Amino acid sequence: MTVDQQDSASHVARHSSEPARPGFAPPRRKPRKQRGPRWLPGLVLVSPSLILIGVFVYGFLGWNVRVSFTNWRGLSPKYHFVGFDNYAALLRDERFRADVRNLIVFTVVFVAGAMLLGFFMAMLLDRGVRGEGFLRGVYLFPMAISFIATAIVWRWLLDNGEGQDTAGINKLLADVGLGFLRSDWHKSDSIWAISAVALPAGWALSGYVMALFLAGMRGVNETLRESARMDGASETQIFWHVVRPALRPVTFSALLIMVHISLKTFDLLYALDQGNLRIDTPSLYMWFTTFDGGFYDRGATIATVLLLGVAFVVGPYVWYSLRTERR
Amino acid sequence: MVRATAAVVPRQPTPPQRPGNLPTPPPSNPGDLPRWQRPGPLRTTMRYLILWALAAFFLMPVYVLIVTSFKNPADVSVTRIWELPTSLSFDNFGAVLPKLSSGFRNSLALSIPASLISALLGCANGFVLSKFRFPLSNVVFPLILFGIFVPYQAVIIPVSQTMTAVGLRGSGDATGGLLGLMLIHIIYGLPITTLIFRNHFVSMPDALLESARLDGAGVLRTWVDLAVPLSKPAFAVAVIWQFTSSWNDFMFGAMMTSRDSWPVTIALNNVAGGQSVPFGQAMAGALLVSLPTLAIYVLLGRFFMRGLLAGTLQEH
Repeated sequence: MTVDQQDSASHVARHSSEPARPGFAPPRRKPRKQRGPRWLPGLVLVSPSLILIGVFVYGFLGWNVRVSFTNWRGLSPKYHFVGFDNYAALLRDERFRADVRNLIVFTVVFVAGAMLLGFFMAMLLDRGVRGEGFLRGVYLFPMAISFIATAIVWRWLLDNGEGQDTAGINKLLADVGLGFLRSDWHKSDSIWAISAVALPAGWALSGYVMALFLAGMRGVNETLRESARMDGASETQIFWHVVRPALRPVTFSALLIMVHISLKTFDLLYALDQGNLRIDTPSLYMWFTTFDGGFYDRGATIATVLLLGVAFVVGPYVWYSLRTERR
Repeated sequence: MVRATAAVVPRQPTPPQRPGNLPTPPPSNPGDLPRWQRPGPLRTTMRYLILWALAAFFLMPVYVLIVTSFKNPADVSVTRIWELPTSLSFDNFGAVLPKLSSGFRNSLALSIPASLISALLGCANGFVLSKFRFPLSNVVFPLILFGIFVPYQAVIIPVSQTMTAVGLRGSGDATGGLLGLMLIHIIYGLPITTLIFRNHFVSMPDALLESARLDGAGVLRTWVDLAVPLSKPAFAVAVIWQFTSSWNDFMFGAMMTSRDSWPVTIALNNVAGGQSVPFGQAMAGALLVSLPTLAIYVLLGRFFMRGLLAGTLQEH
């Protein structure tokens, strides 16, 4: 807890109860006479945004949930209430079940991969290496590139041509004598096909995890490390007993951020191989069933399930962070 | 690309750092360590080997993009993706640019106002939320925060209905949906810009506010004269962050705009998405579309980093 925050907590009360003492230089103008509570003008300043967020985020979330309880199909809205029928239908929907399975596989592989790689890169960089700025920049720049452009490059890198047509990463592997590692990637006939997408997704986002961890490691108080060193702890021991516990909050936030990105992944899969059901996920199914198929009821239901999933992951994060802040 | 990444807690006001923004490496000099703890030459070599191998992995797609884009279209072949060009040619760019130029115009017309307006509103919100307490203010902030993470699928049906109803969607609108799309980016950008500015203002001393108040400045005047000028770095972070996410957005653009008003990502996906388009043009297009955000990243990387690190939890 910083002094600033304590200050702002007691801000209003302190100022309103403290009369200007005589003997101080008089203010150039008289303090404006208060009309209404002190926070009122502030509230007026934020109210347009609050209203917009209230309507466009929370109002629309509610509207979407409402659509999920109707049988609206086709272009014109219909709000005939059908209870939980859409949810029940979704549970029986083969495509949706496959999508959920795909999403779980993708999330596990991508998040585990990005976390491990990001942590590993941060650890290698942490003690200072020559060319650190450059390396950091190289690990991070994919964040600036759209998922569409990312997907367009990677769809060629993950090409699954064989023999004469071997291309992309397979070609590279063959050229260096690792041809046995050849893969059909996201086109392979396996429930693990979608895990190939962890490559472009990890390419795009491991640098972010690296940056989070690196900031966390560098945030560990150097005097703490130093005193552990004085006590004769080895660097490994210092890492395990001093740095690792301090990284817990960063690990937690990086993990939740990655999981929620993974649940929402859309453009990358869309542009990588549109229509490939092996890399279909609920977010894609929602899009196609709503805007191509006109099944607004089913689309809204999938979206609600997706929202619940994200809320389940992010809710604790928001709660935890605010609690940490208040402490 | 990822709008919803930054998060929650103000970072401790850190001492001014060198502009690179990640804290400097600790000053420990390996020579100070006892001999048995110094990293041996083998370990150091290994470490550099791994670091540069990783760099090669991250640069691999860039290599493919650049090498292929500058090849003569006749030389471009997927199976020779790793080979260097035999001659330098701009034909791929020449072929793909006309297909993307209106997309570039649309995306610029969209992203610049969207990022500026969203940042300005975020500045006001962040200022008020960090410095004033009004009834329910401790409920309002978490609700805004959660807005960062909402999957857009869960609002897109109502958005499409509303935009159609007010005549801002697709060909029903004079701008082909661009104006409505801009509004969408402004509104859904508010949570993150609010957070960026709130984290910025939390470390602003209250004494400054107090002196402004004693000088007779109201809240609005304090914001305009004091807060806005003091938050230039936060503006840079918010504008860059918003510009990047509007530029890279795909879903809202695909839902809102008609063919002539496609933002550049949708134009790119339609040009380069199919198998029928020459591979060289696809690569040249992807390179062109990435250039603006890449340029921002290279030139203003430190602000970009700060936007990312808005997501770190407080260091204890």
